[in-house]
Amino acid sequence: MSETAHPAFVSARRLPNLMDIVAGTLILGALIYVAGIARGTMGPIDAADATAITLDPWALPGYAVRTTLRMFAALMCSLLFTFTFATWAAKSRRAGLILVPLLDILQSVPILGFLTFTVVFFMSLFPGRVLGAELAAIFAIFTSQAWNMAFSLYQSLKTVPGDLNEACRSLRLTGWQRFWRLEVPFAMPGLVWNTMMSMSGGWFFVVASEAVTVGDTTWKLPGIGSYVALALDRQDVAAVLYAILTMLVVILAYDQLLFRPLVAWSSKFRFETTASEAAEDPWVLKLLRRTRLLRTLSDYVGLAFDTFGGLRLSLGRRQRTAASPAAARTGDAVFIAVLAFGVALGLWKIIQFASEVLAWSDLGTALQLGLITLVRVVVLMILATVVWVPIGVWLGLRPKWGRRAQPVAQFLAAFPANLFFPVFVILIVRFGVNPDIWLTPLMILGTQWYILFNVIAGASAFPGDLQEAARNLRVGGWLWWRRVILPGVFPYYVTGAITASGGSWNAAIVSEVASWGDTKLQAHGLGAYIAQATADGNTPRVVLGVAVMSAFVVAFNRLLWRPMYAFASRRLTLG
Amino acid sequence: MDQVLTDLDLLQVRNVRQAYHKDSSADLVVLDDVDVSLKSNEIVGLLGRSGSGKSTLLRIIAGLLAPTSGTVTWRGAVLRGPAEGVAMVFQSFALFPWLTVQENVELGLEALGVARAERQDRAEGAIDLIGLGGYESAYPKELSGGMRQRVGLARALVVHPDLLLMDEPFSALDVLTAETLRTDLIDLWSEGKLPVKSILMVTHNIEEAVLMCDRILVFSSNPGRVASELRVPFPHPRNRHDPAFRQMVDDIYALMTRRAAPTTRAAAQAAPTLAMQLTPVSTNLLAGLLETLAAPPYSGRADLPALAGALQLELDDLLPMGETLQLLGLGVLEEGDLRTTPLGQQFTEADTDARKAIFGTALRTNVPLVAQVRRVLDERPAHRASAVRFRDELEDFMSPDYAEETLDAAIAWGRYAELYGYDDEADQFFLDKEE
Repeated sequence: MSETAHPAFVSARRLPNLMDIVAGTLILGALIYVAGIARGTMGPIDAADATAITLDPWALPGYAVRTTLRMFAALMCSLLFTFTFATWAAKSRRAGLILVPLLDILQSVPILGFLTFTVVFFMSLFPGRVLGAELAAIFAIFTSQAWNMAFSLYQSLKTVPGDLNEACRSLRLTGWQRFWRLEVPFAMPGLVWNTMMSMSGGWFFVVASEAVTVGDTTWKLPGIGSYVALALDRQDVAAVLYAILTMLVVILAYDQLLFRPLVAWSSKFRFETTASEAAEDPWVLKLLRRTRLLRTLSDYVGLAFDTFGGLRLSLGRRQRTAASPAAARTGDAVFIAVLAFGVALGLWKIIQFASEVLAWSDLGTALQLGLITLVRVVVLMILATVVWVPIGVWLGLRPKWGRRAQPVAQFLAAFPANLFFPVFVILIVRFGVNPDIWLTPLMILGTQWYILFNVIAGASAFPGDLQEAARNLRVGGWLWWRRVILPGVFPYYVTGAITASGGSWNAAIVSEVASWGDTKLQAHGLGAYIAQATADGNTPRVVLGVAVMSAFVVAFNRLLWRPMYAFASRRLTLG
Repeated sequence: MDQVLTDLDLLQVRNVRQAYHKDSSADLVVLDDVDVSLKSNEIVGLLGRSGSGKSTLLRIIAGLLAPTSGTVTWRGAVLRGPAEGVAMVFQSFALFPWLTVQENVELGLEALGVARAERQDRAEGAIDLIGLGGYESAYPKELSGGMRQRVGLARALVVHPDLLLMDEPFSALDVLTAETLRTDLIDLWSEGKLPVKSILMVTHNIEEAVLMCDRILVFSSNPGRVASELRVPFPHPRNRHDPAFRQMVDDIYALMTRRAAPTTRAAAQAAPTLAMQLTPVSTNLLAGLLETLAAPPYSGRADLPALAGALQLELDDLLPMGETLQLLGLGVLEEGDLRTTPLGQQFTEADTDARKAIFGTALRTNVPLVAQVRRVLDERPAHRASAVRFRDELEDFMSPDYAEETLDAAIAWGRYAELYGYDDEADQFFLDKEE
């Protein structure tokens, strides 16, 4: 089951709804602030010429390296964020009270819609230099990666086994030692899995964030994303195909060289007390283990890390005597006051901002378009379910096929689907079909694979004795689906479907508008609304669109996925 | 043992009380007014039923839990948090699955800031002492339960603690493994090879306590108190089949059932209220126990230690069964014996439906909770009632855990007697239509 680590936001936590509103207000307020700064500094910047892109295929390896570097820079930031933010949220009761709902909301915000602000904001920090745009791209990727990683660590920290915690305290480990000896290792499998998921999502963002147009200004960073953008502009089919090919190679390389070994290595930290059958080590890990030089090197790194984690650092809070209730109450009061001030400030900013430029009719329009996009997501999810669940079950029940299909599906999930969009656009333009219908599949192009590989995992984990029992009772046909296998894979399906639906909302911003040279295709929906507002440089509308979309995503999660997930883990899991 | 005997107590526990605050009603008292002292060179056992607070006391002494009131003095100073010189062995072993045997054992030394080379030497010494030499590089999941607990012991011993705390260290092991480990530990202790001054262990196994301890503190439940203190006069190694040994085990059984019997009977006879705490004993086990009692060689009356031995049951398993039979009027616990009543005899001879009828009547007469659930269901037009209200009512008298157990018992027994059904999804009791 750990192969399909649950997305963190579907935990069984019962969140106080008030805190959600608080968190939502704070985020929206802060974003408007940033947007305000960005808007004020938009004019004088002109760095578009700093980076010229060529469509020469031989330039692609260089672009690929730069794109990949951006990914890893963002990953480092995400890890840093994860280790500070999640630890803080887990260790401090008061901080946890607000930080956790904050994370929960941030996970649902389609950050892609804010790309323009962040670009402009970072450009204003480093006027006229590429660094600004680089930082903006890295920040965009960061925002797509950090939340679920932080959530994963937070949840692990909150569920550390009680007896191990007691053992640590009884052995008198310092807080620092306990963190590195117990808490981080315990969190490792979930964290590695979530990092891999984040990377998959990140490719999508890096491609989208390398070429950004706000109003009349376009920023381009050398990379695969900007290469594709240029190819679209010039209607160069071959270049698009080259880019796709390059991306395939890059993803294959990072998957094989980095994540397969990492996942295999992290299984050592899985919390199990019985030896389970060990999967074969990926070839890279085998290679690393065999070479003498690398092995010695990694031993040294391990030793250094060991010493680092073993340092007897302590915050000097070794006394267990809790603060007096009165002092705690005063602290709570101060905390709530600060929080209330922040919310009031955010609320004031939102009201001021909204009343200035937006009318109620704008909200109506956004909600209406949101409903259209909602219909798209629902229809796509149903279609993807109908197609992939039977296929996943078929593959999963045949171990030979399942083992081969699983990595392929995971690979496809990691591939940035936006690189394939041009192919669809060319076809739609060629055949002149309705974009409202035919642009829709793009939303789920990259995310449907989550459903597939989770269902495969579920079917292959389906207990053999239950299968035999079903066969022995001669349960077949529809009855077998209804009573045997569908309930069996349901928890896995829900896990995959949650990820897929969340990703689809985000993809809507990019996929409801597409262009091919001078031809511009546009479907009706909230994604197109946000994209259009972005292109016009209409900040208020972008904010409104993103806020409405976040509300849709949060409502969708709360009203549909979370109850389904709770039902699945309550009724349909064994043991 | 080469340590000098001192008059000074190693550990002193004075008036310790542990209570959990509950908003609606009175505090739930887990431990009340407990005094314990510990000297060098003795193994002391805390013996009691589950829920008697003995593990809580151990955690207070380990510094893992602060008592609500009272003091713990360790080597002359008031204890605040985990102290130097106290090490603990856990029931669940509490080994780190990502650390090897060697690394697990070294962890405590690392916390003390011992240099790497010395750490390795000392850990190897402890591993050899406890009989795990050769397994240094193994991971816990590669080891059997007994070996894992040896790692747990080595990890505690490597810091050379003055006091070794053990929380039911053998109860997660099978009979044979547990016995080997007990003997090995006692041998090391007798030979003075254990680098500890005293051992304090929690157990619910009477024979284990008599086999290992020099002094036994018997705990009573609700709230946990030290009910009596016994000295075990036998020298090590002890022989389980020695008549004096057997007599002592019998006496403790009698002691513990005598304490248990009047309280439950008083609760049942004087004022049968909801406050009665129930243990969800399977009705299959109850029926099986009654049948075993009725058949030879017992023919209606059995000595509890003998019965426990024959059925391979621990005190903690057997006593709740005996108490439930007594509560329902199907059996009687007296002086370490369990005997059937005429109603119990009638039950054994009846067929399935008649058994259910007897059980149902006994339940409604003797268990107020069951009677009340049924009454509420009869009164309601829809014949459905949420379990939440019963749980809330129970929580006025007992901790949430016990309330849950008590409700589980009421659900299981009521289902068997077909007095009512229970819908887990809706958390509701209901009556079948045809009834």
